[in-house]
Amino acid sequence: MAEGLFKEGIVGGRLAPTQYAENFSDLHPALDHHEALVESDRCYFCYDAPCMQACPTSIDIPMFIRQISTGNPIGSAKTIFDQNILGGMCARVCPTETLCEEVCVREVAEGKPVQIGRLQRYATDVAMAQGKQFYQRAEPTGKKIAVVGAGPAGLAAAHRLARHGHEVTILEARPKAGGLNEYGIAAYKSTDDFAQAEVDYVTAIGGITTENGKALGRDYHLADLAASYDAVFLGLGLAGVNALRAEGEDASGVSNAVDFISTLRQSSDLAGLPVGRRVVVIGGGMTAVDAAVQSKLLGAEEVTICYRRGQEHMNASGFEQDLAAANGVVIRHWLQPKQVIADGGKVVAIELEYTAMKGDKLAGTGEIVRLAADQVFKAIGQSFEPAALNGSGVSIAMEGGRIKVDGEGRTSLAKVWAGGDCIAGGDDLTVSAVAQGRDAAESINRALIG
Amino acid sequence: MADIRNNFVGIKSPNPFWLASAPPTDKAYNVVRAFKAGWGGVVWKTLGEEGPPVVNVNGPRYGAIWGADRRLLGLNNIELITDRDLQTNLREIKQVKMDWPDRAIVVSLMVPCVEEAWKAILPVVEETGADGIELNFGCPHGMSERGMGAAVGQVPEYIEMVVRWCKQNTRMPVITKLTPNITDVRKPARAAHAGGTDAVSLINTINSITGVNLDSFAPEPTIDGKGSHGGYCGPAVKPIAMNMVAEIARDPETAGLPISGIGGITTWRDAAEFMALGAGNVQVCTAAMTYGFKIVQEMIAGLENWMDEKGHRSLDDIVGRATPNVTDWQYLNLNYVAKAHIDQDACIKCGRCHIACEDTSHQAITSMVDGVRHFEVIDEECVGCNLCVNVCPVENCITMEPLAVGAMDKRTGKPVSPHYANWTTHPNNPMAKVAAE
Repeated sequence: MAEGLFKEGIVGGRLAPTQYAENFSDLHPALDHHEALVESDRCYFCYDAPCMQACPTSIDIPMFIRQISTGNPIGSAKTIFDQNILGGMCARVCPTETLCEEVCVREVAEGKPVQIGRLQRYATDVAMAQGKQFYQRAEPTGKKIAVVGAGPAGLAAAHRLARHGHEVTILEARPKAGGLNEYGIAAYKSTDDFAQAEVDYVTAIGGITTENGKALGRDYHLADLAASYDAVFLGLGLAGVNALRAEGEDASGVSNAVDFISTLRQSSDLAGLPVGRRVVVIGGGMTAVDAAVQSKLLGAEEVTICYRRGQEHMNASGFEQDLAAANGVVIRHWLQPKQVIADGGKVVAIELEYTAMKGDKLAGTGEIVRLAADQVFKAIGQSFEPAALNGSGVSIAMEGGRIKVDGEGRTSLAKVWAGGDCIAGGDDLTVSAVAQGRDAAESINRALIG
Repeated sequence: MADIRNNFVGIKSPNPFWLASAPPTDKAYNVVRAFKAGWGGVVWKTLGEEGPPVVNVNGPRYGAIWGADRRLLGLNNIELITDRDLQTNLREIKQVKMDWPDRAIVVSLMVPCVEEAWKAILPVVEETGADGIELNFGCPHGMSERGMGAAVGQVPEYIEMVVRWCKQNTRMPVITKLTPNITDVRKPARAAHAGGTDAVSLINTINSITGVNLDSFAPEPTIDGKGSHGGYCGPAVKPIAMNMVAEIARDPETAGLPISGIGGITTWRDAAEFMALGAGNVQVCTAAMTYGFKIVQEMIAGLENWMDEKGHRSLDDIVGRATPNVTDWQYLNLNYVAKAHIDQDACIKCGRCHIACEDTSHQAITSMVDGVRHFEVIDEECVGCNLCVNVCPVENCITMEPLAVGAMDKRTGKPVSPHYANWTTHPNNPMAKVAAE
């Protein structure tokens, strides 16, 4: 037993040094060749396949699976990349259980869908391991396009624009490209620095320049871009984290789950990464699960997710909830944060109030429960911070706190398109961001070239 | 409890499952293992005449094709008859027969097409106490190039001649094994019958190339860059074999001639089907070579359970029961009308029935009804072809439902006739036999 296992407070080294690599290994190990053949044989090659309908990027899933089964993984990878150039990451992070695999007819028939995500990973891994590039740039158009944000939406847009022969400059605030793929998902979903490998694979098409450390609204303004580029694509992330609105939440030990996840992903020494003995995560989505599970894997003794509504309302998929449970995370429902209890400025507990539906409104019941905690993570949603858009000259139209776009990603400003988490109506999925970036790029191309 | 004891041309065995002449029956070691596992009999791998032993290739002898999960569907081989010394084989046959008197041991033979050769081998085989002989007129590779095996089996006159020699020179029952590599299997069967054979066994393996290596452009199995057609067997050949069995069983010239059914038999059900078509017993090879000898236990238990369930007391109750139902196309009832029906509760909405029908057949299955994914048969278009049933991945989801007499066939707009009517009397048939005025 490691010395730090039951240490109070937020400390590192809770586990034996060798334990970390095991805990943070690949969540879904890659299928080997034979496994991929067996699994691909399970696909029925459905007509007008439901899986394809459910995929936000409309990958021709039956076709790529058939290509695996016929010993053509390279052709399979091209089928995937034709629709989704980030098909490798989507294969790892897509909540397939609520998308393609949920509607797989095998799920309907036997409760056991074809493992579409793992097959997609198999094919894309083969192609990427060979460095196989499928697309060549069209003749240079002489058009220059700025892409703000090197996340999934920005990368997908940049790749598609570069294919059409345009010159793309990606402006990224963080030190690395990849967006949430690099900073925002659990480490066991993207092992071996896959996010960066994918960025390299995508940008290898050429015609894409990435400038890191360039933040919109700080280092340059939207109006500057509109003036010096032929078109602009905004692929910004969500910089704001919703507050708990509980007393004492500024106590030491209370932090944003997204920051914890980001720090963990960038950490080269997980043993040195501090985590509480008793961790409470407030929220019910994927971020809450990612933070909770990783806290447990770092050696936290007790990890509890508290969600203010019922199990059926959680944004985290059933698979994610099971993953949390399997890792020893306790998920409690109908609890909303009331007060963070601190001692000497440091959190020692959190008080939560039970909730219930009163008519169609959620309300506290007055019953209070206190959970001991030396670390509290906030994971109750993120928000778009429009301040970065200031200086646009003409203000950009917003809708529900995010950028308003039409069906092909056009904002209210001429020459400016947007996609990903920053637009209204988004669903916080990597795969949706890819689809929006790709489609906006096609729209930009049509507008510039006709 | 069903009695599955078998009496095939006087050769008795505790069950109708024999191992066919092939590698699994090449020597005492294998055969004893087979008998311990429960096999009713064996046809000992083909013996040749006295002399220098046969040689085999020293590279791959087998090629295969596979289905899902690499399940073996078809196997081919370029192995020849036994490459062991004749006297060794004879000695072992005698010993095994002595040790296992209740099991059938038939010896497969292939010697040159001259009477002296047969006269020489028959007495020495007879001396082992074997229950009978099987004439290998089927081996399609190697031996046929030397005027034996299929080279004999493809010429009915030779078959008749050799069978006659054998019948004249031994008291043992003679089973003539037929090759499928001919145009009409009834001709060699009739020839064997004319020569006095006690039974025929079929099918031997089918000329085949299982694959081509796309790097070396060589057929498989490949020996030093070259390949030769091998004999194809396994589950993939079962439908071909069953048709040949049925053709012989219903041919008036050979009706009643005992048949030992061979060709892709893997389960009790396969065996029961062969027997229903007229086989008095069955021989198995590929299934044993794929899974080992234990499969016979499933075959025995499965056959018994099915017979008990259906009230069949002995094999006589099932052998040939399906033969009268095999007919020529011209005698099929053209007034019989069936329509596909999709069980909506069982349907998993894969849409394969729709696309098969829409792209390749009769446009008789919907894909969308009132904006909802929904697969339903359009009776006005359905010709009852059964393609949808065959491509549906869910068993019994799509069924062919016969229309009752008098019911309206929405496709033709006519009620279903109560009368049997076939092509021979159909008005569109220029050769129609018109009843006398």
